[in-house]
Parts: sequence; structure tokens; C-alpha cells
Amino acid sequence: MPLLEATGIRSGYGDMEVLHGVDVHLEAGELVTIIGPNGAGKSTLLKTIFGLLKAHAGVVRLAGRDITGTPPHRIVHWGMCYVPQVDNVFPSLTVEENLEMGAFILRGRLAPRLERVYSLFPALAARRRQRVGKMSGGERQMVAMGRALMLDPKVLLLDEPTAALAPNLVEQVFQSILAIKDSGVAILMVEQNARHSLSISDRGYVLVDGRNRCHGTGQQLLQDEEIGRMFLGG
Amino acid sequence: MGALEQLPQLAVYGVVSGSIITLGAVGLSLTYSILRFSNFSHGDLMTTGAYMGLGFLWLFQGLLPGRWAPLSFGPALLPALALAMVGNAGLAIVVDRLVFRRLRRAKPVLLLMAAVGVAFVLRNLVLFGAQSDPLYYSRRIQRALVLGGIRIKADQLFVIGVALLAVLALHLFLRYTKTGKAMRAMADNPDLAQVSGINTERVVIWTWALGAALAALAGILSGIENKLITPELGWQTLLPLFAAVILGGIGSPYGAMLGGMTIGLAEEVSTAFISTSYKPAVAFGVLVVMLLVRPQGLLGRR
Repeated sequence: MPLLEATGIRSGYGDMEVLHGVDVHLEAGELVTIIGPNGAGKSTLLKTIFGLLKAHAGVVRLAGRDITGTPPHRIVHWGMCYVPQVDNVFPSLTVEENLEMGAFILRGRLAPRLERVYSLFPALAARRRQRVGKMSGGERQMVAMGRALMLDPKVLLLDEPTAALAPNLVEQVFQSILAIKDSGVAILMVEQNARHSLSISDRGYVLVDGRNRCHGTGQQLLQDEEIGRMFLGG
Repeated sequence: MGALEQLPQLAVYGVVSGSIITLGAVGLSLTYSILRFSNFSHGDLMTTGAYMGLGFLWLFQGLLPGRWAPLSFGPALLPALALAMVGNAGLAIVVDRLVFRRLRRAKPVLLLMAAVGVAFVLRNLVLFGAQSDPLYYSRRIQRALVLGGIRIKADQLFVIGVALLAVLALHLFLRYTKTGKAMRAMADNPDLAQVSGINTERVVIWTWALGAALAALAGILSGIENKLITPELGWQTLLPLFAAVILGGIGSPYGAMLGGMTIGLAEEVSTAFISTSYKPAVAFGVLVVMLLVRPQGLLGRR
């Protein structure tokens, strides 16, 4: 049984349907990337899985539990957290306060969880009292992922974690994502940076016009000529 | 006495009225930053708080008689203050349930109109219950203390002290408690707050409770400072409240503190040069100049 399974997802904004029946799944400990052209519905899929958008049809299961239509603040209780593409930090709060907000639903001491996040992102440890609004894009992305890891989720959804980052920071963020995966968290991410993300992924999906186009291991997709031509820049 | 010699004295009066404005403005700023609309009924929450305070004061005067000279009131004020703050918080939460909660995702202009409606209803409820004649917190003529050549009444020292304590308590709450941090987080980014699992409705309730409690405090302190209260008390204070909030930077509680003090000082100091009846115009003038020169406010971002 997959850890996360979305089948036959139809969804969109208002009357406009963006996804016309998409299937994805994620096994425990896997890193899976969704690529595809702009407007393919990649971000829409993540938002629907996380309950930010209502699915017109289809089922989302997390560890066997049907979570279709469950609002986000309930889904986090079942072990899935989400990092939006933009506006994914609280700028006027400090690094540590951002992380604390990620664990809002918990009672009791957060110190062990904070230390775990700081060990994944050592750069943040030295700046825990600094306001996030004054930090660089790469550091903000670490804060955003750190916030989502505070609940020790089984599944992490990442929406274009390297969008709008300088090339040297892209590498750094991918390294962090691999470190998160190595700590046992299954990751489903949407990426524009297709070649790079597929090369570190276990599997990948190609989404076109709201439908599954193809699906395979990261290496298979990277070596596929048609996909190379269409999405990986030749 | 010339205008310049008057200045230190007027500055003291400015700090007193600035303290009251600050307490109102901070609450207005909190509701603005978390609920994202201009709550025109906030002034009338000061009124309801002031009337509740007076009601409880009368109730407790029998139980706790006496007066703390040279203050104009005695021990009965303390439970009255506490109960009025709690009662006003409850009132604001009920109003939220009945009106604002149904409009959570509505356009800001709709919420603003609803707030104007709530303001009318609250004021008329006070009128209905207490009539339009002024009611007195105290009829005693109080002799001013003279400190370093500046005259200040004991009541005024109390007003400043209580406002300082309340602002300090609010600061500690926002800075160090889980709910306070969640309030700041929600002011920053409500969508991310929800995605993080923050119970945003609970934060909203806290916001109303805190804003209304501070409004009650402002209303009661205004009653103590002016001796009397009328059903128009809060409505008349609304302009200085908004001026203070905009001056400090919309949505920044610390800006509202700074703005409240500035407006209080500007209003009082202006009386050395122009007629007292222009006080509201002074608040309005500061507001207009600020919007032209630095629309984001003193401590506002962007």
C-alpha cells in the first residue's frame, strides 16, 4: 500500500477544471518529482492533495486513510506537511518563531524537534533569533522547509522549492532535500528545474494539460528522448 | 502665560490623553492586522467598556467603600476594571459570532460597512440602557499635585501608569506566548498560518478579546480623566484612533503605541497656539500629512 495515493483527481479553480483525472503515488521514504510545462496543473495537484483546493472527483489516501476534502489544518495531524511556492515564511517572526509555528498543534517542549531541524539546516542554527524577512531567498527556503518538518511528518509536499533562487543556492536546496529524504521523510515535489530534480529523484511524473503524460524512474525519464526534447532543454 | 512656557504642562496632558488613545489604537491595529478590515465599531467598544466599568463600579462601591486619596476612586475600581474588560471581551466575541464571522471571506469594504452598522447598534444600545445624559465616574474636584513646576492630578498619574502596564503586558503576550506568536504569524501570512495547522478561528477570538479588553480599559480611563462619560465617547475618539493607527503604520501594534502618543501630544500642544475646539482637526491634519509624506506610517513596512 503506498504511503500517499491520489487517484482520478479532477480539480481546479471555480468552474475552470485544471486537472482532468490525475494519478500519483508515493512510497515511504521515496523522493518523487512532478515535472511538466507551465499550466500543466502541477501546483494545483499539490494544493488538492493538501486540501487547499476541493477535488471535483478522485480520492486522496494517506497511509490508507481517506483524506479527500480534509482541510489543511486537520491534514497536518495525519503526518503530511506542505511548503507553498511563495510566501512560505512569516517574515516578521524570527527563525525560531517560524519553526515553532510549524509545531503549533503540539503541546510541550519543542527543543528536540528544533534541534533536529537545526541539524538538517546548520545555517539556521546560528541565526535562530534573526527575523526571516531580512534573510536571503535560500535561507528563507530552509526556514520554510524547517517549519514543515517540525511535526515530523511522514510526507512532505514541496511546491517548486528552487523557484527564483540563484544557481548556487539551487544546489544547496537540493542537497537539503536529499538530507530530508535520508532522514526518512517521503517527499513529493513539483519542480521547474526538471533535469536537476529528476537526477536526485527515485521516480518522476510528467504532467501535461492536467493529465498524466508519462511516469518512470528518474533515470528513465532523463534518458527518454521525447521528454528530453520537450522539458529538459534538448 | 506665553505659549512656550505652557509647553511642558501641555506635554503632560498630551501624555495622559495619548495613553488613552494608545490603548484604543493598539486594539484597533490588532483587529486590522489579523482580521484585515478597519473596524469602525472599535470606538463604540470603548463606550460599552466605559459603561460596563461604571456599572460594576457602582455595584462594588457598596462592598468595597472608601477612596484612595488623593485619587478620586477607591478599591472598588479594580474589580470593576477587570470585570468590564472581561465583559467587553465577551461582547466583542458575541458580535463576531453574530456578524463578522459570517463575513470572514467577504470583501474588506463589506466588512467595513458591517462595522459601521455594529457601531450604530452598540451606541444605540448604550443610549437605550443609559440615556443620553452624561454619567459621572466622579464629581469630586481634585487638587492637582505640583511636580517640578508641572501640575498633574493623581488620577492622571494613574491613567499613565495603567496604560504603561497594559502596553507592557501586551508586548510580553505578543512576544512570548504561543497565542501571541500565532497572532503575529497570522498578521504576517494568514494562509501559511492555516497550512501550519494554526487554529485561525481561535486566534481571531483572542484578537477580539484583547482588542475589546484594551478598549474597555481606554474607555474607563477616559471616564476617570474626564470625570464623565457619554454614549458619544467612543465615536468621538474614533478619528484620533485611526490617526494614531495610520501614523504608526497600519497593522503594527508597536506603531499604534507610538502613533497614539504622538496624536495625544500633538492635540494638546496645539492648544497653546490654536483654539481647543480644533483638537480633532489637529489629529486629522497629522493624518493627512502622514499619508502624503510617509503613507506606510512610522513603523510600517513597504
